[in-house]
Order: sequence, then C-alpha cells, then structure tokens
Amino acid sequence: MTQTAPRRKLPLKERYSLLTRDLDWEPSYVTKEQLFPYTSYEGVKIHDWDGWEDPFRLTVDAYYKYQAEKDKRLYAVLDGFAQSQGHLGLADASYLNAIKLFIQGVTPLEYAAHRHFAYLARFLEGPAPRFAALCQSVDELRHCQTQIHTISNYNKYYGGFHSWSKMHDRVWYLSVPKSLFDDAMTAGPFEFLISISFSFEYLLTNLLFVPFMSGASFNGDMPTMSFGFSAQSDESRHMTLGLEAIKFLLEQDEGNVPIIQEWIDKWFWRAYRMSALVAGMMDYMLPKPVMSWKEAFELYFEDQMLGGLFPDLEFYGIRPPKHVQDAIAEKDKLSHEVYKILHNFSFAAAFTTQAPSESHMRWLSEQYPATFDQYYRPVWEKHHRIEAGGGRVFFQGLPQLCQICQIPMVFTEKDDPAKTSFRTSEFRGETFHTCSDGCQWIFEREPEKFVQAWLPVHQIYQGNCGGPSVPEVLEWYGIQDGDNGEYKGSPDQQSWVDWHSGDGEQGV
Amino acid sequence: MSETLRQVGIDIQESEENRGLIAAIRSDNPELTVRHLPGLVKIQAAGQIVINRETVEREIGREWETGEFQLAIVSFAGSLSEWDDDRIIVKWEH
Repeated sequence: MTQTAPRRKLPLKERYSLLTRDLDWEPSYVTKEQLFPYTSYEGVKIHDWDGWEDPFRLTVDAYYKYQAEKDKRLYAVLDGFAQSQGHLGLADASYLNAIKLFIQGVTPLEYAAHRHFAYLARFLEGPAPRFAALCQSVDELRHCQTQIHTISNYNKYYGGFHSWSKMHDRVWYLSVPKSLFDDAMTAGPFEFLISISFSFEYLLTNLLFVPFMSGASFNGDMPTMSFGFSAQSDESRHMTLGLEAIKFLLEQDEGNVPIIQEWIDKWFWRAYRMSALVAGMMDYMLPKPVMSWKEAFELYFEDQMLGGLFPDLEFYGIRPPKHVQDAIAEKDKLSHEVYKILHNFSFAAAFTTQAPSESHMRWLSEQYPATFDQYYRPVWEKHHRIEAGGGRVFFQGLPQLCQICQIPMVFTEKDDPAKTSFRTSEFRGETFHTCSDGCQWIFEREPEKFVQAWLPVHQIYQGNCGGPSVPEVLEWYGIQDGDNGEYKGSPDQQSWVDWHSGDGEQGV
Repeated sequence: MSETLRQVGIDIQESEENRGLIAAIRSDNPELTVRHLPGLVKIQAAGQIVINRETVEREIGREWETGEFQLAIVSFAGSLSEWDDDRIIVKWEH
C-alpha cells in the first residue's frame, strides 16, 4: 500500500512567482515590437518590466476562490431581498433616484473598464502587470453583471431602470461619465493606467463608493450596499494596481516624471468634475443622508490623498494635481450647484427630483454653514412657494455645456458663489467654452482631441437626437412617462404610498 | 508634515466574521482610531497598521489565510508594503 505525502503548500511569494512570471515566454516567430506595438508611442520608457510587483501577490487560483466567495455572499443577500419584499424596506422611494443615476451612469463605465483592461492584459509587456490587468478586466465585467442583477429587482416595481444602456449613449447628463471614459479609452495604454487605475480608482473611487454605499445601507438598500462593498473590495486591489503602476512608471525612468505629472494634472480634474454628480447624489438624493460631500471630500481626499499619498509621491518629484486648490475652494458649493441643474432639467432626465424638505435643509445648513443659508436656501424656499401655488419650475431651453466635462456651465468662480465661471478658448477660428481653469487647461493642452467631443446640446440643435421638440428627444432617449419630472405625485411616489397604506397591489 | 504622523487607514465591512478581524487589528495596533459608519468600520492609525495572521486566528478561532483579507476590506489609504503568508502591513513608503 502506498501512502501519498501531504501536499506541500508553497509560500505566497513563491506561488505568485510561479503562476505569473514563470508562465511567460520569449516570442520566437515575431519580434517583441510586433507582439507589443502600443507601449512606445506615448514617450514612456520602461527598462525592466520585472520591476512590477503586485503587493497582493494574486494568483489565478486564489482569485477565483475569493471572487466565488464574494458572489456567494452577494447572491444570498439578493435572495433574502427578493423573499422579504425588500423593495418596501427603503427609507423612501425617492432614494431610488440615486440608484437610477448609478445604473445609467456608472454600470456602463464598469463595462468600458472591462474592455480596456482586457486590452492591457493583452498588450502590456510584463507578465505580472498583464495578469493584474486580466484580473481587473474580469472584476469589472463582474461588477457590471452584479449591478445589473441587483438593480433589476427594483425594475419590477419602479420606473426609470428599463433602458439604461441606451440612455448612457444618448441622454445629456450621461455624456459626463461617458465622455470621461471615451477620453481615457482613446488615450494610450499608460495614460489609461494613470487616468483610470490611478486618478479614478485610487484618488476618487472612495468618494464614489464608500460614503455612497454607506448611504445605501442607511437608507435600507441592502443589495446595493452588498454589491457596492463587494465591488469596492476589488477596487482596493485596483487601487493597489493604480499605485503600483504609478510607482513603477516613476521608478523606471526620470524622463517619465513630467509626462506622468501632466496626466495626473489632467485626470485629477477630469475625474473630479465627473464626481460632481456624486456630490449632488450624496447631499440631495438620499432621504437619510449619511455624510456630506464636503465631509467625504475632506476625509477621503484632503486627509488621505493630499495628506498621505502626495507626500509619498514627492519622493519621485511628483506634486499635487495642478488645480487641486480650485477643488478644495469649491467644496462648499459643488453639490448645491449640481443638484440645481438636475432639479431644473429633470423633465428631460430618467429620474425624478424634488426640492429638499425643511428637515433636509436643516441638515444642509449644519453641513454647509458658510454657504447654504446665504446662497441656496433662498432658492429652495422660492421653489416651495411656487409649488404651494400649484406650479413646478422646469428650465425650458438648453444649457450651454463645458467642452471638456460636458456639465452645464453653472459652476461659479471659486471665490465668488454669485458669479458664473466661464472660460473661452480660440482654436482654428472657432470659440470653445469651458467651465473652469481646470477644464480650459485640459482643452488647450489637446484641442485637436476635444473639438471632437459629442456634446448633447449641440447634437440636439443639429437634429441628431430624434427631432426638434422635447417629446421627440425624450422618445429618442428611451424615456417613458413617469421616469422623469417631479417626484411628488409621480407613479413611484403614488405606488409607494399605496403599498405602505396596505391596500395597494404589489408588483407588476 | 512629519512622516510618523501621516495617517493610514483601512475600511472594513461590518460583519460577524470581521469583528474578530477588527479585534485582532486593535490588539496589534494599540493607537488605532475606530469610527463606525453604516455598514462599515473605518480604522486609522499614524504611521502604519499591521495585521498578523496568528492574532486573527486566535480571535476568530480558526485558520485564516491573509488572502481572506480581500473579503473584508472595502478600501484603504496607504501602501501595502508587505503581504505574505503571515502578515500584512499598510504604511506610506517615503
């Protein structure tokens, strides 16, 4: 009788080495340049791809084991939700407007990220970064799928969730996230790494996912909290990839430093501007707010990133992003200015909006003592007075959009909340408009790229969006009655009241 | 800013299993600041945070691989300067 020896488990470092680097091979029937044609034209110099270290030391077996466990936990929550009428356990049906913005705006970005990381997994020369990119590509596809699956439970009961991928390609405010990813995906591989892995994932996803998912938990939305934390634990790996990418690029060659500094300058501002939508969600769309935009920005960006990360990067000659002081200067105003746009134009959006209640305004006053009562409370009180008289104001007309961030030009000067910030640049005899020094700087750095921007308002005027009238444009967007407009009196609100009064029929 | 005073942080999902993990991190990092937010626990410390496999195993009463930390973590601030079979260290590098 033979005895099998107990299998020896290799130490983590050795296992990682065997399952990444040692699986690589030298090309023999094509040259290295033919195999990897895309990593030279941006001017970045890499001398030793083996200088790349994955601190997680992730191997394929461990990856699938842990991801399977995460999915098991998530789907247990989804089952519990479906079986316990979870859609009724929310703080209020208006909460779901934030989730509508999420599935329309963020879920398609997960898919876009999946596509581009698959490309990096093919074209980066080092086996370790290729494998890290492959894992991230699978992660992003999983995030897209789990978000669709989770949110589809709400689609059975509430409006606004039905045509989100079509909306992402067409609806005006969704060009904000879409244009950011289009910009990143049409850059070279290293700029993509800095834009998405570093600036977006490392500097800013904390603002997007952590307080927002904590808000989902606080508002009774267990499934969103579960997919959010499950996804964000992948994000923590992606953040490591972003940080590793930047350190690797900076260590490889002195000449890389100024190239990367410019990308940090550009992508901090691009990603920060997009997160303005999140600021509006956090401060106005959660019936039970959990943390203000300002507090989250101070905690996650100013303390953790500017106070912790950037002193670390100083070692390589990297300084904080060019326009970071402008972002800090507007932390008291950003969410208010953005939500005013969403409130004014929600007749053409795939979610509903409402003026904040008295108690919500008290919370906003506490969070924003320097600005809310002076600049924003009077606006909302005016809306309340108009509504009490039987009206509801929607801004009729199309706003001017910033050529870079594509947000309507409603931001104000950083030192004057009463003055609109408006910049112009000339290129090839035409005038282009931007909303801030950051966006103007980005435009003037690459005007050939950004003159090609697909601006929804321009496209409507050019007749490319279904027709000249509002109903024609809304139909082209895929918006149906009840998806848009005022929350109070909407089908979602009426169903909510009926279901909770105990005599309404549930479900569709 | 003095290097030793720079904060590092880890956000961990609030769950039964993770209570033992948090207890282990507390016992190995006495200077920790712990803040509860809905659904998550945010821990911060000046300088570094160390997670030792043995302490976690003692707290949760079973074997634990450092890779399982991936199931608990929501986010972090700092650099993962060490991650092997026995411990994880989060700190800034420079």
